[in-house]
Amino acid sequence: MPATFTRTPVEIERKDTGYGGKPPVDRRPTGGGGDGDNWDKRPPGRRGPRELLNRYRLGVFFALAGDLMFFIALVSAFFVRQTAGHFDPRENYVSDWHPLAIPPILWINTAILLLSSATVEMGRRQLFHEIDVMEEWLGLGRPAVKRAAPWLIATAGLGVLFLMGQWIAWQQLASEGMFFATNPNSHFFYLITATHGLHLVIGIAALLTALVAVFVLRKMEMRQIVVDCTAWYWHTMGLFWIFLFVLMVYFQ
Amino acid sequence: MPEPRESDPQDAATPGSELTRRHWLRRAIFTTEHRAIGMQYLALALIAVAIGTVLSLLMRIHLVWPNLRLPFFGVVPPEGYLALVTIHGTIMVFFVLTTAPQSGFANLVLPEQIGARGMAFPRLNALSFWLTSLALCVLLAAFFVPGGAPISGWTSYPPLSAVPAAGPGQGTGMDLWIASIGLFCIASSIGAVNLLTTIVGGRCRGMTLMRMPLTVWSWFVTAILMLLSFSVLFAAILLLWCDRHYGTSFFVPMGDLVNGTIVGKGDGSPLLWLHLFWFFGHPEVYIAVLPGMGIVSSLIANFTRRPILGYRMMVWTTVLIGLLGLLVWGHHMFVSGMNPYAGTAFAVTTMAIAVPSTAKVLSWLGTLWGGGIERTTPMLYVLGFLSFFITGGLTGPILAQPALDTYLHNTYFVVAHFHLIMGMAAVFSIFAGVCYWFPLMTGRMMSERLGRWHFWLTFVGAYLVFFPMHFAGLAGEPRHYAQLTGATSSLASLVPLQTGITHSAFLLAAAQFLFLWNVLRSARRGTPAEGNPWRATTLEWAAGLDAPAVHRGPYAYDPQAFPSGFKMQWEADAEQE
Repeated sequence: MPATFTRTPVEIERKDTGYGGKPPVDRRPTGGGGDGDNWDKRPPGRRGPRELLNRYRLGVFFALAGDLMFFIALVSAFFVRQTAGHFDPRENYVSDWHPLAIPPILWINTAILLLSSATVEMGRRQLFHEIDVMEEWLGLGRPAVKRAAPWLIATAGLGVLFLMGQWIAWQQLASEGMFFATNPNSHFFYLITATHGLHLVIGIAALLTALVAVFVLRKMEMRQIVVDCTAWYWHTMGLFWIFLFVLMVYFQ
Repeated sequence: MPEPRESDPQDAATPGSELTRRHWLRRAIFTTEHRAIGMQYLALALIAVAIGTVLSLLMRIHLVWPNLRLPFFGVVPPEGYLALVTIHGTIMVFFVLTTAPQSGFANLVLPEQIGARGMAFPRLNALSFWLTSLALCVLLAAFFVPGGAPISGWTSYPPLSAVPAAGPGQGTGMDLWIASIGLFCIASSIGAVNLLTTIVGGRCRGMTLMRMPLTVWSWFVTAILMLLSFSVLFAAILLLWCDRHYGTSFFVPMGDLVNGTIVGKGDGSPLLWLHLFWFFGHPEVYIAVLPGMGIVSSLIANFTRRPILGYRMMVWTTVLIGLLGLLVWGHHMFVSGMNPYAGTAFAVTTMAIAVPSTAKVLSWLGTLWGGGIERTTPMLYVLGFLSFFITGGLTGPILAQPALDTYLHNTYFVVAHFHLIMGMAAVFSIFAGVCYWFPLMTGRMMSERLGRWHFWLTFVGAYLVFFPMHFAGLAGEPRHYAQLTGATSSLASLVPLQTGITHSAFLLAAAQFLFLWNVLRSARRGTPAEGNPWRATTLEWAAGLDAPAVHRGPYAYDPQAFPSGFKMQWEADAEQE
């Protein structure tokens, strides 16, 4: 080991505090226990209070970018399949693509999903609300979590409502004799709603996990992370749905 | 959450006890330590490449001696040959060329190279590895189900792949193939997310983007490609699965006749599969070879003791190759009925890739030119990579032209092209990587003498196997033909050529035992390595650095400026001390 090597002094970076307020910082002003006090045992290379949050956010964003490509693939398949056809014996180009009447309940579902995006954002902001966070972090009760929990429950409820609405839409189509295998447009309708619905099931599971986690997790930082990542996932699913809905309503 | 780094002293238990066994389980199976996972990936790739090589030897034997009884297979029927082709291709592309250079080496050294504490999500990392292993098992299970392995090649073109009645392996075997690829897609996406998060968020102080080693840059671009392309493949196999099981018509065209029954009831489009598949399939080629380019760039700088020529250019060409790689998928479809105007566009983008690739080659050659090359074994492999990259690359622009490709499409010329550039070049970069980072894995050096023997035998063997395939292709021999003689005799004149290739293939495969022996022997009895045996500058050789800070770019080799001839990235400048 060359002599030039010296342990770099640990530096506390106070990054921009962002919306709402500042999340817990590394140094505990109370001075009581915890790893935050023991500067030597701290994991090396740690940079600022938001390091973990940023890391998990980045992970979620990259994963969602991959997911976006999945839906883009479905959408481009939609357009390619739309133009596919064949020549009949009289040399006419015919296609089996028949437009599908989108059940009107989807408009209500879309509104519900938009509303759920608003509620989950409210829940997320509670966990970054400065005074509550500082109180909670100092051990004076759980104001942030208590304020966030109803919003999370509401979001999960709205999510379930959305899925029920989608189920009703399927029932309506099925009663008209439109099944998954009926025609190419129904292939895509069922496939898109099903894959998006599956993503929402995962989202609801994540919301419920977050709901439990904010009460179970010991570190304020981790509670923030769980809710934050779930919220961003949920927003993205709402955004994806809007694009997919527009595709199915206007681009058949 | 601090993850336990390497061997915790508390982990040591008395041998033979119940505790040891559980610790072994925890270390080998539930480990979240990125180096261990990297080695697990390399081991998985080694198993996969062994299986894939055996399959290719069986194919070679069958092609020239079609009536020979093979062990376990008996006399191989034509569809059995196609099954071998399919599994050989799938194993090599997915489980060797994707896992070893990207997941294997990146897990092994990437966190250290950027001064991170570890991968961003260690548990996801382990999950990704075990999903990959599961995917390999599912794929191999296809040999043992009724009907055997699928016969539609690694590209699985419909309707052959979409209709279970279309062939013996197209029932359960094909389902297993789809399941395996689905698992692999998920595993790779998780791995890519992990890598990207680590690189973007985990770099130590001073490690700016333009100070990252070129290996890190290529893993970065490769991870982006993986993230974007594997999702598309996943969507494609989902549609394929629906076609097979739920009566949809995404890919099966109207009136498609299979075994006397009409299976095509809608206007499905096989071209749609080709678009989706090759949107994944072409970036996959770069997923296989980009990490190799990164390794080669680093090693050339290291073993010529001079900075890589045009570091910035190398970075941007890597990014450009990745970007263009996403835009060229149509060149696999020139003769598939695609709009000919689209063919022109894809030909232009494809030939455009030659520009950054050539820039890279010139930079490597320029760095080598007049540099005192240290002829260590890793450097020999690097030179092998260069040779194969150039030889295989030169046929790229030929195949990129629709007019020429019309003749050469699906002939052995294509087989020669991609085996040289994607197969051999990437494999030589894997050899180089294993040899170069062997001290990090085992604390010992690999044997130089065995390494040189292995290099020369493999180098000559690979050229003897793959170069003559160009001639077979020019003579018009299509791929996937199970035998050259039989009902027609138009290809019978190629039997001597193919027999020669088969003999060379045995030489090539036999030479790999030298490598295996070298790895196994050196791991136990090799010369113990010093801390920085190659006198490299990158951070993975700065062992035990807790909170590194980086002060310079990755290739500070300069005998004039530094007394030792090089300066590691974390060493402070003299005036700062």
